[in-house]
Amino acid sequence: MVTVNLIKDGGQQFSEEFQALNPMKQVPALKIDGITIGQSLAIIEYLEETRPTPRLLPQDPKKRAHVRMISDLIASGIQPLQNLSVLKQVGQEKQLSWAQQAISSGFNALERILQSTAGKYCVGDEVSMADLCLVPQVANADRYKVDLTPYPTISRISKSLLTLEAFQVSHPCRQPDTPPELRA
Amino acid sequence: MQAGKPILYSYFRSSCSWRVRIALALKSIDYEMVTVNLIKDGGQQFSEEFQALNPMKQVPALKIDGITIGQSLAIIEYLEETRPTPRLLPQDPKKRAHVRMISDLIASGIQPLQNLSVLKQVGQEKQLSWAQQAISSGFNALERILQSTAGKYCVGDEVSMADLCLVPQVANADRYKVDLTPYPTISRISKSLLTLEAFQVSHPCRQPDTPPELRA
Repeated sequence: MVTVNLIKDGGQQFSEEFQALNPMKQVPALKIDGITIGQSLAIIEYLEETRPTPRLLPQDPKKRAHVRMISDLIASGIQPLQNLSVLKQVGQEKQLSWAQQAISSGFNALERILQSTAGKYCVGDEVSMADLCLVPQVANADRYKVDLTPYPTISRISKSLLTLEAFQVSHPCRQPDTPPELRA
Repeated sequence: MQAGKPILYSYFRSSCSWRVRIALALKSIDYEMVTVNLIKDGGQQFSEEFQALNPMKQVPALKIDGITIGQSLAIIEYLEETRPTPRLLPQDPKKRAHVRMISDLIASGIQPLQNLSVLKQVGQEKQLSWAQQAISSGFNALERILQSTAGKYCVGDEVSMADLCLVPQVANADRYKVDLTPYPTISRISKSLLTLEAFQVSHPCRQPDTPPELRA
């Protein structure tokens, strides 16, 4: 892991060195098998295609469509609207309400969709790419003080996923670059 | 309406809808279109009826094979998996990663920041500069990435999902008066794609809901 501090030094993602690696000036980026991939879902799909076990996408095309739809709802429909660079543009006064609006309107839709797709997890009973998107977005919801009471399915699934080892070991509070005051 | 045909919920000017229209045209999939006017009546996407179909209250949505899919790239990947010819994703996993990376750059990194509902929140005064900023910063990155991935099209010499995302985003760039001079690769590829039939028949200027003044 090479950590990239998005705040320090004006944001290390803007360094010449990092830009050359990833012109999008964003994390995550993965250097693997001789290529560099940006965009988290493109990375995950590549991992799925080259290291297929255990699966992160179901076999059935209709279930795969649901997994991708939910992942995209979060990765295109919510997160970009409340990421660091957009909040900077919105300005300090409006940041909190802007982030809350983006998250709650997305979660309104997601809660409804999960009514028809969810079992133990977002789509049926197997962990999928959709679940990988859900948990970090719920953490963002907590960070921006979004009330999760209207979203019982989202809450249930997120809590359940957080008991799994992969979700714990990868948690923001346990990373090499986690600041002391936020460390678990 | 004939039973069994897929139904696409689309708005002529929605770049996300255009991506799916291109995919359906390239794969020669016959479908019905139901147009959803995003402006009229306060926005038809907010109707109870449409919300029940697609809780995201967005176009495109595709009713196909007994399910309804929202999110343009999820739709396109489903079409690719169930109607695989002609391909919209290369066979090689590394090239597929490049196609998805470019598609996501546009579909997550640019378009959502300049869509209708965000521009409404930004307010009329700031809309144009906000949209221009989103598009040009995304295109700065994309132009650089295309240096290593592009051949005739975004990734090599075959039309892919990345190209389906590119052309509608360039149309948005034109709409918001973004100067394309700094992006020669983006321009070249977009112009080249627009000569293909699937990109023409799906164009916003030729849709059932295209207003007369914008019709080709």
